[in-house]
Amino acid sequence: MTQLALVIDLNVCVGCQACVTSCKEWNTSGAAGPMGDQNPYGADPTGTFFNRVQTFEVGEFPNTETVHFPKSCLHCEEPPCVPVCPTGASYKRKEDGIVLVDYDKCIGCKYCSWACPYGARELDEQQQVMKKCTLCVDRIYDMTMPEADRKPSCVKACPTSARLYGDIHDPDSAVSVAIRESGGYALMPEWGTHPANHYLPRRKTRIKIHEDELERADNPLKVDRQLPKPAMNEPTLDDVTTW
Amino acid sequence: MHPAFSVIFLTTLIGAAQGLFLALFTAQSYAAFKLLPQPDAHAFYGQGSLLALVLLLAGLVASFFHLGHPERAWRTATKWRTSWLSREVIVLPAFMGVVFLYGLAHWLNWHPVLLTLPGGLPVDPTAILGVAGTVLAFALFLCTAMIYACLKFLAEWHSPLTVANYILLGGASGFTLAAAFAAHTAPELVGFLAGWAVIITVLGLISRGASLFRNTRLKPKSTLRTAIGVNHPKIVQKTQGFMGGSFNTREFFHGKSVAVLRGVKWSFLIGVFPIPLLLLSAGMQGSAGLLGAAFLVQYLGLLAERWFFFAQANHPQNLYYQSIA
Repeated sequence: MTQLALVIDLNVCVGCQACVTSCKEWNTSGAAGPMGDQNPYGADPTGTFFNRVQTFEVGEFPNTETVHFPKSCLHCEEPPCVPVCPTGASYKRKEDGIVLVDYDKCIGCKYCSWACPYGARELDEQQQVMKKCTLCVDRIYDMTMPEADRKPSCVKACPTSARLYGDIHDPDSAVSVAIRESGGYALMPEWGTHPANHYLPRRKTRIKIHEDELERADNPLKVDRQLPKPAMNEPTLDDVTTW
Repeated sequence: MHPAFSVIFLTTLIGAAQGLFLALFTAQSYAAFKLLPQPDAHAFYGQGSLLALVLLLAGLVASFFHLGHPERAWRTATKWRTSWLSREVIVLPAFMGVVFLYGLAHWLNWHPVLLTLPGGLPVDPTAILGVAGTVLAFALFLCTAMIYACLKFLAEWHSPLTVANYILLGGASGFTLAAAFAAHTAPELVGFLAGWAVIITVLGLISRGASLFRNTRLKPKSTLRTAIGVNHPKIVQKTQGFMGGSFNTREFFHGKSVAVLRGVKWSFLIGVFPIPLLLLSAGMQGSAGLLGAAFLVQYLGLLAERWFFFAQANHPQNLYYQSIA
């Protein structure tokens, strides 16, 4: 069984918000209708987003570390938001594990958002239905697109390749390898939601500098400076070499 | 959580209506066993059911204000296998239907004996409808409470005490209303109903007090460490990713100060329990004014109680929305 998901590398994310804007651009232009904004140019703008990038500071000054944290629906394997929906508008697709909302069935009761511990769902004030990340379901299966483009738009937008996309149930996929070999973890494991999206932890980046990199192995004089200039009466390179 | 007045009115109004219906049928059962004098059925049971029906309708209307798409509300009956909200949507109209029929049977004085119980006790349609309505009233209490109690992320709600509170507080307001109503239509039942109202209110105080005590000792299961998966004791959010508000900052925060919260807590603790208890005891002899005041104060107190119930619940998603920038 397929479970499509994102794996987000916190070691690489620079918090540029490109995924946020790319997500908004793609998903506000789709057949499902716009992701409405209210008061966009006023003093108190607000609007619907599927994806947010937050920033946390870990540690105490001066030993701090900045963690940029992209946050969207985690497409849980045990989604708590699905069974509580009274209309069946909120559902998890069997074929690829994407959790979706049927905007034509949603009554806007907000109950699913209460049942999500991650705050991944946002009510669209304009359409009055619950919205959330679709993993760009209208993009990843679009056969009119070149195959390289059949990825969520946030993944396409990321300039540092912090976002990986694939099937986490396929042990050989890039995302499974990343989770397995780079210490991938799930958020709030204490609730048993089994999020499909995983995060790769921050890692200490160390450069190993070998001796011969500091001191040139091919420097016979063991002094890293220009060779002495030959005297005027000595033969030049042109005299002793055949080019 | 942000308390929504639509849900506050829904739960308090239908709670009082369920309690009122239970009070009516309790009185009828006692009267059937000759433990109470037989009241004027047309006035007490008939008009009492009408009053319950009006409250249920008002609650139903209030609930529609909570929906983004009320015109699609009929769809909510489809997922009763998994969703308590869906179950409530089915049980509420069923209960309303039974209350209507129960009231109608009394209103029309329709009492044909359908069968006779071993003790020679005649069973008429109102008794059968009353039993059905009692089952549905408790089912509705269970559905309403479980909508909140089943959410394990909201530790303040995820407790059997939530169910007990909904039953006892709804029952208390319903019996108080029944006592006030009986002062007008069946004075011989006032003492009985006011007595039960006192008992249920005291039980409600114990159970609500227990849940308040429990909630002060809760330790959140989720922390920033599990929320972002960085196992460090000191994590501070520097930005939530946007400067303006979002659904997440509006729906899950009550936005009131600790002082307001404390004020609401004490006003409901005083308004729901001691004042109605005093008024009920004073009005036990049949003073319609005192009993009416008891219900009014208790109902207003319950509005505060429900507001506090929502405001006190702390959603784990709030961990992600601590700092604007």
